[in-house]
Amino acid sequence: LDASYFLVSLLNGLSVGLLLFMLASGLTLIFSMMGVLNFAHASFYMLGAYVAYTITQAVGFWWGLVLAPPLVGVLGALFERHALRRVHKFGHVPELLITFGLSYIILELVQIIWGRQAVNFLPPESLRGPLFTIVDLPASLSFAWGPPPDECKAVAGAVCTQFPAFRAFGMAVAIGMLVAIWLLLTRTRIGLVIQAALTHPEMVESLSHNVPRVFMGVFGGGTALAALAGVIGGALRVTEPSMALAVGAVVFAVIVIGGMGSLAGAFVASVGLGIIESFAVGSDRSIADGLKALGMAVTPATFGYAVWTVKMSQVAAILPYLLLVLILIFRPKGLFGTREG
Amino acid sequence: MNRGRWIVWGGYALVMLAAPLIFRSSLAHTMLSQMGIAIIACLAYNMLLGQGGMLSFGHAVYSGLGAFFAIHTLNLVANGQLAVPVSLIPLVAGLFGLVFAVLLGYVTTKKAGTPFAMITLGVGELVWAMSLMFPGFFGGEGGINGNRVVGKPFIGISFGPQIQLYYLIAVYTFVCTAAMFAFTRTPLGRMLNAVRDNPERVEFVGYSTQIVRYLAFIASGFFMGISGGLAALNFEIVTSEVVSATRSGAILLFTFLGGATFFFGPIIGAVLMVFALVLLSELTLAWLLWLGLVFTFMVMYAPGGISSLVMMNLRVASFGKLEPLVPQYGALAITGLGAVLGAGAMIEMLYHLQLNEALGPTMKYLGIALDAKSAGSWLGAVAVTAVAGAAFEWLRRRFARDWDRTQEEIAAEIQRREAALA
Repeated sequence: LDASYFLVSLLNGLSVGLLLFMLASGLTLIFSMMGVLNFAHASFYMLGAYVAYTITQAVGFWWGLVLAPPLVGVLGALFERHALRRVHKFGHVPELLITFGLSYIILELVQIIWGRQAVNFLPPESLRGPLFTIVDLPASLSFAWGPPPDECKAVAGAVCTQFPAFRAFGMAVAIGMLVAIWLLLTRTRIGLVIQAALTHPEMVESLSHNVPRVFMGVFGGGTALAALAGVIGGALRVTEPSMALAVGAVVFAVIVIGGMGSLAGAFVASVGLGIIESFAVGSDRSIADGLKALGMAVTPATFGYAVWTVKMSQVAAILPYLLLVLILIFRPKGLFGTREG
Repeated sequence: MNRGRWIVWGGYALVMLAAPLIFRSSLAHTMLSQMGIAIIACLAYNMLLGQGGMLSFGHAVYSGLGAFFAIHTLNLVANGQLAVPVSLIPLVAGLFGLVFAVLLGYVTTKKAGTPFAMITLGVGELVWAMSLMFPGFFGGEGGINGNRVVGKPFIGISFGPQIQLYYLIAVYTFVCTAAMFAFTRTPLGRMLNAVRDNPERVEFVGYSTQIVRYLAFIASGFFMGISGGLAALNFEIVTSEVVSATRSGAILLFTFLGGATFFFGPIIGAVLMVFALVLLSELTLAWLLWLGLVFTFMVMYAPGGISSLVMMNLRVASFGKLEPLVPQYGALAITGLGAVLGAGAMIEMLYHLQLNEALGPTMKYLGIALDAKSAGSWLGAVAVTAVAGAAFEWLRRRFARDWDRTQEEIAAEIQRREAALA
């Protein structure tokens, strides 16, 4: 395990984790405020990517980054106002079901409007290159801003790894968002009302705050956060109709692992998962290798040969769910959860 | 057992017996077989959703794993390594569904409500991802093939022809329906209702809600497994798609559409599911959009599903008050259909522009030639949708008023009758 590989994996994991956290934070916010698990959260993430793509085609990426989240947020608020609020009186299961139905509708609408193929949504010109390069010379390890310096070609055995500028930008956006939410919730009047409406809705209502409107705002805000994640995620990865499904289940696993309704838990779980996954993807070891190192022979005749020889990189995709199951067995309330539901 | 119940169950058996003799095409037989399979799956799912208040997003895992074990058992039988009659293979699948429900359900049922839903989703994804990781057992992309015609025919039954398999499915469907109905009448089934409605009180009475949920989950897993085993026999191929979230979602969607609050609701849902999957998906590419819309409106306006709509209207009819509402139903149906057709025209034009660009802008919609690029077609479609939609909304509000008044009248009538009795 050399140092440059370690650094790159760590950075990649951190960026994946922060992207996950952007999604998980909106979901957690909505869940802890309204008790509603927004099944369509990842669909709003996808919608954010597509809307930003369209705006990018017309007036450029930066407008897309600025305009797509509020636009999607308004859609989310409208959905809350006209559909979700109506089923609130029926209980939690219909609330969950209506967002489940919405995820179907959004997926189909996206396919009708933008087609079933991936669209070509790219980061802006100025952020396409590498931000810095990790230069791993046989003798030393150093950083260089921008594209690979000349040593990479000149010195034999040099390993140079570039870190894309847009990836770094996405991490910065995520951290900025985290700070902004925290300040909003703890330092402003609106944040105080939201926090109070969480625990004492009747009291807040009798102090003449419009609690349903607060909830509508929270739902809209949560979906806007998802859309912001979508703008970054769509440009960083692929913008296609299956992007919602790919990330949706992982985000749910993240907020259960972190503890339902805990923002800090969601942060730790998403960053932790991102890093673990990124290291697992780069490893082609299996349990069989470990057993061999312990002196036990694993041959095709051994019971469960297929299980022992699965590579770590293959396991990476199911790690979130394995962790989910383990957490539920050993710590049912999640890492930072406060109550057992 | 009273006479009404005999009639209902006798009628159910009779419908299943007679259906393939009335609808004789091979498409009809295929669909009927699939309906039987879907009925078991939806009823088993409703043991959780309707009777236990547990919303599972990963229930296809149990039918899917049952199907895989069924097809492997079938292949072992074909190779002569195992001696199990083909007609009992669904039971084997059911046992494996039960085993996996015991295993995975222990984790899943630790929670109720929303966390339960998320955990089922996670477990479903876990199994689905694993199915791609172990191609030896799950057959990778191609799936596992089998042949249900194994061994010598027994009194002429080889299960080769679809109709023979249909009757096997019908027997399983009838027995499973009866068993699941019986389950609702057991003390466990009753406790399950209590856990759904008031878990706190159940704990105070001295029951563990977790164990009640766990036992119900296991029972449900058994029936899901049977449904999977029948599906394996029916299709003779099992791919990893059977454990996917899409499959779980379809079961959930149609169980709810049929109605989770009545025992027979999921049967309606299952029949609809086969119609939608086989016929609606042929009709339009956007069928999932329509399905999503119908589902969403159902959650908003009739959370009891179709069966509750039927029962409410039967109640109104039993008080002799349905007749004045019938013309309104007709008007609602006409305007609603108009709005759907208008919106459908727009959706089809969009799809036409997207996928069949090469064929030119003209397309057929309900026998009318529409130019997908002309403003006229679009304006027409928008106008039809808007006018019919507005008329529908106006009628709906009037209907809602009349409906509420009818309900009040019925309530008053009931009170009057009770007063007369006293």
